[in-house]
Amino acid sequence: MISFRIVKRAPLPNWAKVVIPIIAILVTLILSAIPILIARGNLWKSYYYLFYGALGTRFNLLETFVKASPLTFTGLAVAFAFRAKFWNIGAEGQLLAGAIVATWIGISFNGFSPFVLIPIILIAGFIAGGIWASIPALLKTKLRADDVVTTLLLNYVMIHFMGTLLFGPLQQPGSSWPRSPEIVEAAKYPILLARSRFHLGIPLALLAVIAVWFINKKTVLGYQTKAVGVNIRAAHFGGINTTSVIVKTALISGGLAGLAGVGEVCGIQYHLLMDLSPGYGYSGIVIAMLGNLHPVGVFFAALFFSVIIVGAQSMSRMTGVPTYIAEVIQGLALIVMLIAILFTEFKIKVVRK
Amino acid sequence: MEEKTPVVEMRSIRKEFLDVVANKDIDFKLYPGEVCALLGENGAGKTTLMNILFGYYANDGGEIFIRGEKVELSSPKDAILKGIGMIHQHFTLVPSQTVLENIIIGAESEKGFFLDLNRARERVLELEDRFGLKVDPDAKVWTLSVGEQQRVEILKALYREVDILIMDEPTAVLAPKEVEDLFSTLKSLVASGKSIVFISHKLHEVIEISDRIVVLRNGEVVAERKTKDTNTKELANLMVGREVLERLKKKKAKVGEPVLRVEGLTVLNDKGLEAVKGISLTVHEREVVGIAGVSGNGQTELVEAIFGIRDYVSGTISVRERSLKMGKPAERVEVGIGRIPEDRIETGLLMDLTIKENLILENHTSPEFSRNGLLNHARINDFSDRLIREFSIKASGRETITKSLSGGNLQKVILARELSGKPGVIIASQPTRGLDVGAMEYIHNKILEEKDRGAAVLLISEDLDEIFDLSDRIIVMYEGRLMGEASAESASREKIGLWMSGVAK
Repeated sequence: MISFRIVKRAPLPNWAKVVIPIIAILVTLILSAIPILIARGNLWKSYYYLFYGALGTRFNLLETFVKASPLTFTGLAVAFAFRAKFWNIGAEGQLLAGAIVATWIGISFNGFSPFVLIPIILIAGFIAGGIWASIPALLKTKLRADDVVTTLLLNYVMIHFMGTLLFGPLQQPGSSWPRSPEIVEAAKYPILLARSRFHLGIPLALLAVIAVWFINKKTVLGYQTKAVGVNIRAAHFGGINTTSVIVKTALISGGLAGLAGVGEVCGIQYHLLMDLSPGYGYSGIVIAMLGNLHPVGVFFAALFFSVIIVGAQSMSRMTGVPTYIAEVIQGLALIVMLIAILFTEFKIKVVRK
Repeated sequence: MEEKTPVVEMRSIRKEFLDVVANKDIDFKLYPGEVCALLGENGAGKTTLMNILFGYYANDGGEIFIRGEKVELSSPKDAILKGIGMIHQHFTLVPSQTVLENIIIGAESEKGFFLDLNRARERVLELEDRFGLKVDPDAKVWTLSVGEQQRVEILKALYREVDILIMDEPTAVLAPKEVEDLFSTLKSLVASGKSIVFISHKLHEVIEISDRIVVLRNGEVVAERKTKDTNTKELANLMVGREVLERLKKKKAKVGEPVLRVEGLTVLNDKGLEAVKGISLTVHEREVVGIAGVSGNGQTELVEAIFGIRDYVSGTISVRERSLKMGKPAERVEVGIGRIPEDRIETGLLMDLTIKENLILENHTSPEFSRNGLLNHARINDFSDRLIREFSIKASGRETITKSLSGGNLQKVILARELSGKPGVIIASQPTRGLDVGAMEYIHNKILEEKDRGAAVLLISEDLDEIFDLSDRIIVMYEGRLMGEASAESASREKIGLWMSGVAK
């Protein structure tokens, strides 16, 4: 009789951490054939337009980078929090907090140079997202409230708060739409490449990748975050102020998500609107997992996601497969990656009796 | 005895975990009416082998015969049906239920839907009587002492009519008097024809109770002896695989100033009950004070309060006249307390991080290793390499993930971290629990070295040999109080043993 058993495996070498997400992405793309076939798409044509639509022309390639910017920020936000086992599911709300503050400054601060105004907006957006994330961090450390629940629910609080503003004080005068007035020119991110939407937010996202990498590797906070994440009891025993570490982690995590919101307002929309984010905050969770919580991994995972999102539009136009396929592929990616992570710790063993 | 047919025969049993072979083709026999001791160091494969016999683990190779018949044991239920019972080190009782309820759980189905509690009680009382297992069948389990809980476990097995009983390190949690009671129970069980496997690494116990001894080392049977033909010295050498070194003699030193002072300390346990009841003690420079006691008598709570990881109700803890605050482990580091926690994995170490990251846990914010929030990796690396060398931690390097180390090396990482700052006070809680003889020797020598250097050492241990070998002064803790205190020269094992069982004089 042959039976299968799941057993623990020895720790994997470092190269596996790079190879596994790549395999996960390939498996995801293979599995995506099933929904494409169900939608009666031609398989080869669909894959061709998926990649051609995302990478094939200059404009599309730059568009892919434009999408990758908020996804990188939210991915970094989630990854940084998860490293400390602060389960921040609230990047969406923190993104909106940053966007609201950016909009408010962008429409009310007149007569500044962009060199002054944009840094002000960046700092304010970072702080807004950070504070919004530090609420559940304080609830977790002081009252032991479950952070998954609180961060998630605070998303809805922020969405409705934004709705209140957009039908109230931030609504464009004379309009009946939930939409803010346009921000001033000085608040808009400069477009860096002509005939595209390639704005300042993209290099800023790359900068954030480097900054998070630096914090993780080189700073006391990065070390303490990791220590708290792997064993909070031992970290406390060793003299680390775990409450302070979790709150600081939340501030940085929320701040990064806030910057995603700033980028959407100042780099793309120039207004605040209800559907500012198509769920970047939630995609950030998948991206963080896919990127193995490593900042460089997060960047490539974000890039992969934006290829799917941007490519799905052209695939849809050319083959008739609905654009919702992008969300199906994202979901598949999460499931595949979670299974892959499972196999980094366990293996299946064949037992003959 | 060998002429009889064995009641259990295990042939070339093999079991692998991860990439470790826990059992390498082991042959094992158990004869009716004998106590067979399975002797070996921690990690030798004793418990693994017996867990296979109990159907708890599936073997990767080999065959098992019970009373000559080949069997497949895929769960403990199968094993019980074949008459095999196992008492684990950690009991599997329901604390909120009575003794009787615990005993009949899962065994009552024979009589249909309704429980016949009276008949069950009669049977339990009869078993208690016959084998000297005194315990009140109507007491709730949580009110029982550890020794009594063990008796409930044995009754549970006997109620299921097992005639092969496996006992995994049964004396680890018992006071000396309770050990005596257990042994007389085991003798009466054997006299009634039952067979017992007695897993242990304690030599004198094995000699006292067993008829035959099988010695395991690194997953293999290295020797088999009739108990009457061997002695502790031979067994120790077989177990360790080399000559056991002479224990380091502690030097008699003149103690210095008082350093650590605990006064009137009262601490609650996790259930909110008083675990430490107004304890006062003082440890001086160049002195080892040993706290003996059966585990669960408040030692853990006392130590955690001193470590700064458990709040206390009243009392003070001070080091050199400086009073320490509750819940501030960082302050303990600051005043120079080297802390060796009993739970290495959960409290002492960041198992998923590297050795280096564990070594700097307590001093990474010192100016030596960081400035303006930035870590100085060059200095940290030098520091880690130096400690790995000094404490001979066996690992491929400072970047090795800690959880891949053996138990002895895990403890060396903690020791290296805690002793590197030359602390004035050292608190070592069960510092050698679960370690092999080599690591034990190393740690004992280190503790004595630290004392000679001038440190005030508080040693908490269940191992009386360890207490006697290292301490200058011995204190016994029983039910949250200090039962008695004696200097190492004046203390006798008998007196300490009595104190440990709560007998005052």
